[in-house]
Amino acid sequence: MKRHFPLSIFNFQFLAFVKKEFYHIWRDKRTMFILLGMPVVQIVIFGFALTNEVKNSKFAVLDEAKDDASQSLIAQLDASRYFDLEKNLTSYQQIEEEFKKGKIKLAVVIPAHFSDDLKHLNKASVQLIADASDPNVANTLTGYATSVIMDYQVRITQERKMPYTINTELRMLYNPQLKGAFNFVPGVMAMVLLLVCTMMTAITIVKEKEMGTMEIMLVSPMRPQLVVLAKAVPYLLLSVINIATILLLSVFVLEVPINGSILLLVAESILFTLVSLSLGLLISAGAQSQQTAMFISLVALFLPTIMLSGFMFPIENMPLPLRIVSNIVPAKWYYSIVKSVMIKGVGLQAVWKETAILAGMMIFFLTMAIKKFKIRLA
Amino acid sequence: MTAVAVNNIVKTYGKKKEVAALYDISFEVPQGELFGVIGPDGAGKTSLFRILTTLLLADSGSATVDGFDVVKDYKAIRKRVGYMPGKFSLYPDLSVEENLNFFATIFNTSIEENYELIKDIYIQIEPFKKRKAGKLSGGMKQKLALSCALIHRPSVLFLDEPTTGVDAVSRKEFWEMLKGLKQQGITILVSTPYMDEAGLCDRVALVQNGKILSINTPQGVVQEFPYPLWAIRSDKMLALQREAAKLSSVQDIYPFGEYHHVVLKKGSTAAQLEEFIQAHQVDNAEMKTATPDIEDCFIALMKPSIDTATDSLNENASK
Repeated sequence: MKRHFPLSIFNFQFLAFVKKEFYHIWRDKRTMFILLGMPVVQIVIFGFALTNEVKNSKFAVLDEAKDDASQSLIAQLDASRYFDLEKNLTSYQQIEEEFKKGKIKLAVVIPAHFSDDLKHLNKASVQLIADASDPNVANTLTGYATSVIMDYQVRITQERKMPYTINTELRMLYNPQLKGAFNFVPGVMAMVLLLVCTMMTAITIVKEKEMGTMEIMLVSPMRPQLVVLAKAVPYLLLSVINIATILLLSVFVLEVPINGSILLLVAESILFTLVSLSLGLLISAGAQSQQTAMFISLVALFLPTIMLSGFMFPIENMPLPLRIVSNIVPAKWYYSIVKSVMIKGVGLQAVWKETAILAGMMIFFLTMAIKKFKIRLA
Repeated sequence: MTAVAVNNIVKTYGKKKEVAALYDISFEVPQGELFGVIGPDGAGKTSLFRILTTLLLADSGSATVDGFDVVKDYKAIRKRVGYMPGKFSLYPDLSVEENLNFFATIFNTSIEENYELIKDIYIQIEPFKKRKAGKLSGGMKQKLALSCALIHRPSVLFLDEPTTGVDAVSRKEFWEMLKGLKQQGITILVSTPYMDEAGLCDRVALVQNGKILSINTPQGVVQEFPYPLWAIRSDKMLALQREAAKLSSVQDIYPFGEYHHVVLKKGSTAAQLEEFIQAHQVDNAEMKTATPDIEDCFIALMKPSIDTATDSLNENASK
């Protein structure tokens, strides 16, 4: 009876196809849990394990002064949340032994007569020795230690009048506690959406080619382009669930606030999802096997997303050619949008340029995908 | 009315078009016919079916299905043909019923609308309708695939090697179903590598290496067999074949069931063969006349070059 309504035919075919796709996803429970569990795992891993914040680093002290000033300085270091006192050393030789054992990251040497020098010469030195096998950590630790020592100095100089002093007052805007989560939540969002949308759509379409069902689908009245678009719908929905998961986790578990409009953030995320889906469709149009589709998705998309989106390494520090290449990585623009909207709390007027670029990319990829889609086998 | 017309179709593969799949193929299939395309693997059967179902473009030549051009009017053809590819191509994670429903919707129809057409076939798999298609046996998969290909009441049905990998009983049932569909007026093109299935078609095209060797009714193909055919056997079959092949009147000898079929040269008598059998009485050698079947015809058609070559050799020798 349905054939009397030509307009609704389109809908019935399309809906039947979308329904079928949901069956595929729903019945492959393992893949489904991976798709839905991946953002949770990534947020947890990035949030608690792979953090580049330095907390509770163990340090050793060689205190040759053993006076009240040195003791209170050590107590202040130990009390800070960056450091834990591991050991009191008695000789210079022990320092390297401890570093070789790998237990400590920093050694603090306080020379003899520390308190006396400080009080009578107005000048005393403290030596900081750091394990620079990881230069970033060494830098951060010496920086933290220096600031703790400066704090201590400020405290004791308050008692006396100093002629000239410049006080630096630091204020970390948008992320006062310098939490790493502020940086990686947008990155993880880009990564997860790209993985789910691009790779999964590319793989499932190519799977139909491999199984031979695409052959039957082509010899049917259904428009081939609809086959492809219908594939994208379930993954769009999965992505919306993933966006929600990531945002909920980052707000309630990692305590990253959403300073801007949630609506704008979700809308931008959906736009990025559509870009990823179109890319997936484009890959599927060219690839003939699931392995090829996966390989292209990983090498051509996943790696650039991690490397060139600014999420792991700052783009400003890259050589010019890489900076130019980074402009064609969709995740770069999305990453910058999410950071602006979520962390800085700006509105659409501040990110319209990035939004326009993403929209342009989506239209370009989608047109290419539909154009490249083969209506025959070869 | 002509359901399928193929004119001088050429199809090659490879960058330099070095692999010829179809070489200047032409034939016609009238409406309502059960037409068999018989040939070994690699003969070009699948390429031919894919061209007719608009999935591939031919290098040259033209073809129409139901009067529509396979290149220009591919959309019209896709609406009216049923196609069952050689590889099992349904969704293994969907149940029997879900698969059928899905294909019905894709073809703008419903199971109820054309249930009459598929009833005889579907009724056999209906008890398993909740089972996943991937867990069906080979024969049941085939029945489901046929049901799906028929669900929109196609005017022409293309079945690419539907019985490959299916047991003997299911194959027989399958051909019974095809006969039933023919009664409904559906034109059926079926390809198969099995010679014994040729006899079940209205007409057959014997193809090899992309060329049609013969198009005829199965009876016609057999009647065209131009050589005297004998069947021989003894206790030492291998030696018998080796020695009989040396006889000057024997054109070809090949194992055929528990006998060897001996094809004699055109116009030669069985006298020499009789003598040969007499000489091998120790091994209980015997001979009898054999009626050629499609397989004999196919083997003979496959070796026309040997035929003419040996003929001319003999002519030279007699001079």
